[in-house]
Amino acid sequence: MAEAKNPEITPELVAEHGLTAEEYARVLAIMGRAPNITELGIFSVMWSEHCSYKTSKKWLRTLPTEGPQVIQGPGENAGVVDIGDGLACIFKIESHNHPSFIEPYQGAATGVGGILRDVFTMGARPIANLNALRFGAPDHPKTRHLVAGVVAGIGGYGNCIGVPTVGGECQFHESYNGNILVNAMTVGIAPTDRIFYSAAAGIGNPVVYVGSKTGRDGIHGATMASAEFSEDSEEKRPTVQVGDPFTEKLLLEACLELMATDAIIAIQDMGAAGLTSSSVEMSSKGGVGIELDLSAVPRREEGMTPYEIMLSESQERMLMVLRPGREDAARAVFEKWELDFAVIGRVTDTGRLVLTENGETVADIPVAPLVENAPEYDRPWEATPPSPEIAAVDLPAKPGDEALLALLASPDHCGKGWIWHQYDHLVMNDTVIRPGGDAAVVRVRDTSKALAVTTDCTPRYCYADPVRGGAQAVAEAWRNLTATGARPLAATDNMNFGNPERPRVMGQFAGCIEGMGEACRALSFPIVSGNVSLYNETSGKGIHPTPVIGGVGLLDDVALAVGIGFTDPDLSILLVGKTQGWLGCSAYLREILGREDGAPPPVDLAAELRNGDFTRMQILARRAAACHDLSEGGLAVALAEMALAGDIGAEIAGAPEGVPLHAWLFGEDQARYLIATRNPAAILAHAETAGIPVAVIGRTGGEALTLPGAAPISLTALREAHEGWLPGYMDGE
Amino acid sequence: MKAAVIVFPGSNRDRDMLMALERAAGKPPLAIWHGDADFEPVDLIVVPGGFSYGDYLRAGAMAVHSPIMREVAKRAQAGVPVLGVCNGYQILTEAGLLPGALLHNARLKFVCGDIHMKVETAQSLFTAGYESGQVIRVPVAHHDGNYFADDETLDRLEGEGRVAFRYCTAEGEFDDKANPNGSARHIAGIYNETKTVLGLMPHPENATDPQLGGTDGAALFDGLVAALH
Repeated sequence: MAEAKNPEITPELVAEHGLTAEEYARVLAIMGRAPNITELGIFSVMWSEHCSYKTSKKWLRTLPTEGPQVIQGPGENAGVVDIGDGLACIFKIESHNHPSFIEPYQGAATGVGGILRDVFTMGARPIANLNALRFGAPDHPKTRHLVAGVVAGIGGYGNCIGVPTVGGECQFHESYNGNILVNAMTVGIAPTDRIFYSAAAGIGNPVVYVGSKTGRDGIHGATMASAEFSEDSEEKRPTVQVGDPFTEKLLLEACLELMATDAIIAIQDMGAAGLTSSSVEMSSKGGVGIELDLSAVPRREEGMTPYEIMLSESQERMLMVLRPGREDAARAVFEKWELDFAVIGRVTDTGRLVLTENGETVADIPVAPLVENAPEYDRPWEATPPSPEIAAVDLPAKPGDEALLALLASPDHCGKGWIWHQYDHLVMNDTVIRPGGDAAVVRVRDTSKALAVTTDCTPRYCYADPVRGGAQAVAEAWRNLTATGARPLAATDNMNFGNPERPRVMGQFAGCIEGMGEACRALSFPIVSGNVSLYNETSGKGIHPTPVIGGVGLLDDVALAVGIGFTDPDLSILLVGKTQGWLGCSAYLREILGREDGAPPPVDLAAELRNGDFTRMQILARRAAACHDLSEGGLAVALAEMALAGDIGAEIAGAPEGVPLHAWLFGEDQARYLIATRNPAAILAHAETAGIPVAVIGRTGGEALTLPGAAPISLTALREAHEGWLPGYMDGE
Repeated sequence: MKAAVIVFPGSNRDRDMLMALERAAGKPPLAIWHGDADFEPVDLIVVPGGFSYGDYLRAGAMAVHSPIMREVAKRAQAGVPVLGVCNGYQILTEAGLLPGALLHNARLKFVCGDIHMKVETAQSLFTAGYESGQVIRVPVAHHDGNYFADDETLDRLEGEGRVAFRYCTAEGEFDDKANPNGSARHIAGIYNETKTVLGLMPHPENATDPQLGGTDGAALFDGLVAALH
């Protein structure tokens, strides 16, 4: 783009930088003159959708972000919540969708690298990674290649750096054929009195660059992430960054070592828009100016222009403001870890970002207007028309055993072991509940505590009814945490949507936010960090709205955590919550009847709270041997997962009166849990007192799962169905 | 028992190993930074898992040329027991302290999860805490764990009783499905001639704590402590 060193700023060049004529007029007003190419590049990335949230801000502001546990809500590198004992949990989810479609291994790997940096920049040691993946239809020609590359890339990065990848989700749908979703989440732990922020301070203090050298990779990644794809997207491969997890491991250890001293005043990782966004964020948050000498920036290529240096998205880099006089001590730490360390500038009182190269000024921008006068849009939106409710009695009833086996062998509901066995989920020696359950549970070192972590979304529901779907995603994440015995603390959101310039898509966004906000408020489950990925659209076809919720919960006593697997024969199986038999928009409808229509299940937030709190209380009172929340595929799928996880069968009683059998087995009514217990009487007695609907529905034992009105299914047959599909598909069967 | 765990910049199971050793010995072992060419005398040296120097060239290939590994080799030759796990095993074979090599897994993918393996003999420092023929369940987590050596070497290892562990089913049968990486003759770990150096791919250090779903690895460390105290 910037071949000549100082090209003339033409309307074409402005348009190539993704700025509208109106936005460019704003640039001229702020600068009081025409910008040069470097300055134009800086405005372009800072005002990209990815960095400026110009479309989403208005809506994101409506989400609840506060609570007594919240130390830091959205706006920093990651959210921070108090977990007691002087410790904080720091976490965030972030997308790397566009790069992963173009170059799946590196796109996914650098997605993991980026979110890890967001968390350790704040002083936390990462203790768990998760990922939420969405691919196109299995029979789409690209899908297999993308699954293989993304999974290998996530594993390649996380396995090397040595942070366990403990959870996530993976689904397939044709709406993602041209735009896969790769959302990565990192959870870390830091002492509450050693949390690091990005606000630069102290006029004259040194600004220091550490980590890898700067190259030409990833230039304009943020702009790419803010535009629709077209058929020639593959030509954008050079804008995908390349990851180096070994260097990130060194950077992690070096940063944590330096953070144990008092040398650092402010620190910010160089993620999207690299040196530009990190220096602008730091000066803007601190209300100060920053002056950088670009000739001092370590680089791995000759002849890089200021434009390229400022827009490079080379990975594994950080920018810090140090206390004066601490440069040598800091340099020693980074040299020990064999990383580049360079003083490249200083904090000033001008409020301007001034860049020089060999003594000559190459850019000079007032920071406050660059950030505060960034465009913000209230885009027109239209609500999704309501989907008709579908009565279960109007739907064909397939035999329970056949339908269950088909569901378990379907791409969305099959076992995902093929994926998570490629992730090191055990390194660090703290993984108490491994992938494959409701939420993973990892211990908090040197305490009796543990964190439960999960990611969730049901895009089919969001497409049919954004408000309900948004609420359901939050409720399911909250339930998954609850089902381990954890108290849900807070959440992070990854808003993946199509082109917001289409009112229907904007309506999906607004609707999902509305539902999420309602659920977060009702469940006291604030959103403390997040990421927005718009323009997930190829040749005019958008993805299903996919607001992924990453949830974190706390167990005060790790010994009380329960998994989903039946632990023993002869346990009573209890169902908590009401079952009406809601089949609209269900997995049964999609996988068995080949339809994706109907209204999704209603979300009764008061019932969610009541039933969830009740279930957690039973777990913490040691009355539950196993617990599982009910979600897609309903009762039958949940039972099968519990049986498979514990390698113990079960026999289930008939449907209650008034609920058709297939709706009882496969309905997706919300706010429900299964508990396996030795002590049903105590739970029933508590339920009666508390007014919670709980019923005994069966008993564990044997080597088969027997559903009412259906032939017994051996555990072997269940396992073959559940575990066979994904490896077979990936082998090209 | 005084143990030392060698820490390379890309080691990532060093903490796991330190925890397992401390649990068994009742006191924390030393953590020796790879840049420190010399360290005090110890009863056991452990080279832990991870990606020593990123392993972009070949697993363990660069670590061999570090000053610390020259010191480890010297002490191993002098008879100090050395345990190499996963990347540590790869490094020990690269260093020539153990024969053979660890190739990419047969399915060319990273593999993490519990496996079963059979303790070939209890007649060693490292396996004194087990019964000969005992089947134990421990995790693996590696991309390059496919043990390879020529037939002559494999025959010699078997003939000299230097196969430490073999992958097997839960029932103790040798079966290709139970071999997670395609290792020759299902070999999961081997000894040097004097049985004072053990390399293995699985992670006994991740199976020492009942909260984490299994303790079959604990006897390895307990046995070492009993033998070396």
